[in-house]
Amino acid sequence: MAGHSAHVDASTLWGGKESPFQTSYGKLMMWFFLVSDALTFGGLLIAYGFTRHDAQEAWPIGEETFNSMPFLGHGYPLLYVALMTFILIVSSVTMVLGVEAGHRMDKKGVVKWMIATIIGGFFFVGSQAWEWYHFIHGSEFGKIELADGSQAIVKGHFGDLQNFTVVTPGHHLKKGDVVTEDLLHEFQHAAEIGNLKDGMIKLHDGSVAKVNKSADDHMKLIIKKNGKQNKVGSHIEGKKAEEMYYASLYSGAPNKVIYGANLQQNEYGPQQYGQFFFFITGFHGFHVFSGVMINIIIMIGVVLGTYHKRGHYEMVEKTGLYWHFVDLVWVFVFTFFYLV
Amino acid sequence: MERDDVIEYSLNTHHNDEQGKKIRKKIWFVTALLTTITAVEVALGAFIKQGSDIWPMVKWSFIVMTLVKAGYIVLIFMHLGDEKKSLRNIILIPYFLFVLYLIFISLWEALAINDALQQNAF
Repeated sequence: MAGHSAHVDASTLWGGKESPFQTSYGKLMMWFFLVSDALTFGGLLIAYGFTRHDAQEAWPIGEETFNSMPFLGHGYPLLYVALMTFILIVSSVTMVLGVEAGHRMDKKGVVKWMIATIIGGFFFVGSQAWEWYHFIHGSEFGKIELADGSQAIVKGHFGDLQNFTVVTPGHHLKKGDVVTEDLLHEFQHAAEIGNLKDGMIKLHDGSVAKVNKSADDHMKLIIKKNGKQNKVGSHIEGKKAEEMYYASLYSGAPNKVIYGANLQQNEYGPQQYGQFFFFITGFHGFHVFSGVMINIIIMIGVVLGTYHKRGHYEMVEKTGLYWHFVDLVWVFVFTFFYLV
Repeated sequence: MERDDVIEYSLNTHHNDEQGKKIRKKIWFVTALLTTITAVEVALGAFIKQGSDIWPMVKWSFIVMTLVKAGYIVLIFMHLGDEKKSLRNIILIPYFLFVLYLIFISLWEALAINDALQQNAF
């Protein structure tokens, strides 16, 4: 095209006097891309809604799953994800301020606000990494399969493990030895493979030790899968909950408890719940990451003066559109994955 | 170098310092609004239990608040409100028509499947 159109006035290229939308080609194409990307996210969230309505009460509630804060522990429902939302909103604001500075040809302002946006983006990606870590590792209790075949998630305060006192010696440990390190990890691993029985734990080297553990507080079982007696949605609290939980945990049978989450199973609810979590937040996180990279590239262009020479900062506006879109998607993920 | 976009349109969005001040004021107003709405959402989510009597109302208020937030982001932050009406319409109307239809058929279907599964369980 370039060779032939050298002498043609730009406005005649459209075949009319002006572009129908009075917008540049680049901006229009960015909007078209965003509409198609919005359809992808719309499809994912609607698929999530479909599965959730299909599963009804078996589906976990956001505040049951997401209630931890860095450095503070458990018991802060939704606060962390609210913080993430706030970070993303603020980085959207700094981006729009950068675009505004560009409209005034204020190069310094654009650089300043774009740096702020990039920092906000890194903060968000980092927060998401922390949340994934937490989701994958799960709680101290895990999800338990009760005696009647039903499955329950467990809420409450897990009493600390104090130590394991060896009763029967193994390859390394002698009778009377006290194990004090890596207790929770050993305990959970033993629970998964059925090495917990009647208050005793079978350790790696074949020795058997007595588990010394403080009492749990406010334990509550919420049934998420039907059994012979317990039905989905029912709650069991207090002493009865503790008896049922430990009867299963110390039964000596493997696969009675699930900790954390992977693609096959998770301690929060149905299998699809974990898959949707990983896919939707992962896909969004990937968008945020690419957004940060694109912002960095454009910012280098701003610093080099590419857009100033061009006479307008529309590239900043276009990358801004993408960045706001990422924020927009998160607004919906926040509502439909965490709140409702 | 040959340019294949129409530079005149790229200059349409330029403004002077005085207009900039007004625009920045609007941006900070939207910031405060989005933050407040998010805070209200989290408070409602943390204090009102799912399954309580007023939960359906809270759920719908979440959806309305989300749409309000989305509206401000799209129209103010993404400047779609400042674009030509025809551009605004061609982006929003087909999307909403399609998504509303998709929501309708999938939720309807999900509830029907759930009903069928419940009946088979006994």
